[in-house]
Amino acid sequence: MAEQRERLRPDLEVILKRIEPGSRALDVGCGDGALMAALVEEKRVDARGIEIDGELVERCVARGLSVVQGDADRDLGFYPDGAFDYAILSQTLQTAARPDHMLGELLRVGRRAFVSFPNFAYWRMRRALLVRGRMPVTRHLPVSWYETANIHHVTVRDFEELARDLGIAIERRWFFTREQAIANPGANWRAEYALFEVTR
Amino acid sequence: MASAAPSNSLVLPDPLPLDSGAALTGVRIAYETYGALDADKSNAVLVCHALTMDQYVASPHPITGKPGWWEQSVGPGKIIDTDRYHVICANVIGSCMGSTGPASNGPDGTPYAMDFPVITIRDMVRAQVAMLDAMGIERLYCVIGGSMGGMQALSLAANFPERADRVLAIATTARHSAQNIAFHEVGRQAIMADPAWNGGDYYASGKTPDNGLAVARMAAHITYLSEEGLTEKFGRRLQDREEKTFGFDADFQVESYLRYQGSGFTQRFDANSYLYITRAMDYFDLAEEHGGTLAQAFAGTTARFCVISFDTDWLYPTAESRHIVHALNAAGAPVSFVELSAPYGHDSFLLDVPALDRVMKGFLDG
Repeated sequence: MAEQRERLRPDLEVILKRIEPGSRALDVGCGDGALMAALVEEKRVDARGIEIDGELVERCVARGLSVVQGDADRDLGFYPDGAFDYAILSQTLQTAARPDHMLGELLRVGRRAFVSFPNFAYWRMRRALLVRGRMPVTRHLPVSWYETANIHHVTVRDFEELARDLGIAIERRWFFTREQAIANPGANWRAEYALFEVTR
Repeated sequence: MASAAPSNSLVLPDPLPLDSGAALTGVRIAYETYGALDADKSNAVLVCHALTMDQYVASPHPITGKPGWWEQSVGPGKIIDTDRYHVICANVIGSCMGSTGPASNGPDGTPYAMDFPVITIRDMVRAQVAMLDAMGIERLYCVIGGSMGGMQALSLAANFPERADRVLAIATTARHSAQNIAFHEVGRQAIMADPAWNGGDYYASGKTPDNGLAVARMAAHITYLSEEGLTEKFGRRLQDREEKTFGFDADFQVESYLRYQGSGFTQRFDANSYLYITRAMDYFDLAEEHGGTLAQAFAGTTARFCVISFDTDWLYPTAESRHIVHALNAAGAPVSFVELSAPYGHDSFLLDVPALDRVMKGFLDG
């Protein structure tokens, strides 16, 4: 039941609401499978996952989910075109070897994709760089530059431009700060992270 | 509880067609079962055994008296819970624990020996499906296997897709590599180089090719363990002596261990069976059977799959499991895959690896 399950991160709650019941979804970088489990239980979704961390995969399989241990950069290519109604990439785009290729792959295997990522133009980030001259370490991106998995920092505006260049249509967008949804104006300054719903 | 009573067996009513084009008549299948079959026959779990194992998955071996080879995981309240599931394990054809093999009598009343037809993994699976037919079990809750057992599980999924709801393949491969074939060939040549082998015709003489079979087992046994595992277990330690003897006794513990493994094996295994079963494994290439594309092999499947590899298994390394998983992804099959960390090499699937238990349990119960 919805009130008993673990609380999802706000971007995942939005994705859960947006996904049609009974559809097919691929969660790329599915972590411990919290979103997948909610999709299966509440929406009867045929959910599949890819996760690089073996211990997280083990937890997913132990909760009865179909999750493959793998590297999205390499393994997405093995899924056929249009195999899924939705491809989900939450907080993972910035770790991809080639985020542009990754977006293309998401919309090859899925008819529609949800992509969320930390906004590097968030004002606290800008302040850390401007005032302190240091790579930002924040509540949302708590890891130092030398050990972070985030190799392609991206801003809201960068993403919107990349989507335009790739001919990808942005259908909807949501912004979050301190785990709360915020309004769109000034999002590139004000949003800690962003969620986009995109199609070809 | 489990007992050492001799196996149940049944004789297949029809001749068994083989991949070679030959057919075997009067095929006997020896099997063990554990746990009750539901009234609607929906809780059957078929466990497929590896090369040198047998149907005694959770009961003592009648020759060695040792516990069943997977008592770790199969039994009341265990991961493969015999309070819930009706577990079936059959000795593969070609083997020597009661199912028809080269040591069985052929039509002329004498052992087949090398007149036994060359069999394949798919032939072993055909025989097990015919056994399930005889038992009236149309659909398995799950088919499970490690190593050669995993090959059978995958082959059943590919060739009889309507027969299993779940497929659990552990430490296995969809094809034998050149290295796999090479190690098996060393074993076969060791057997055939033993004068007692006598062209496979040794059953009447009472003199069996134990030396050759023991060497085959020793060579194979090395491939089941990791270098790290061997080093940890034996290192360069000497066996019951203070100094090297400057001779060819088993000075090192690892030598003594392998000799013990080799000679123990000859007490319970038939050399010709070893030839036939290793051949079947070497011939295994699931893609080749299905037009050269592994994804095609799984095109008709409706089963859920779980594929598990071990990071120290160099016999069937993780890359082989990934290859299977990619094919299942391409076929659109629901599949889970995880590489588990365990120090024991290929044999990890038989040993105490808590993560393996958790993954198997999640998959079976899910």
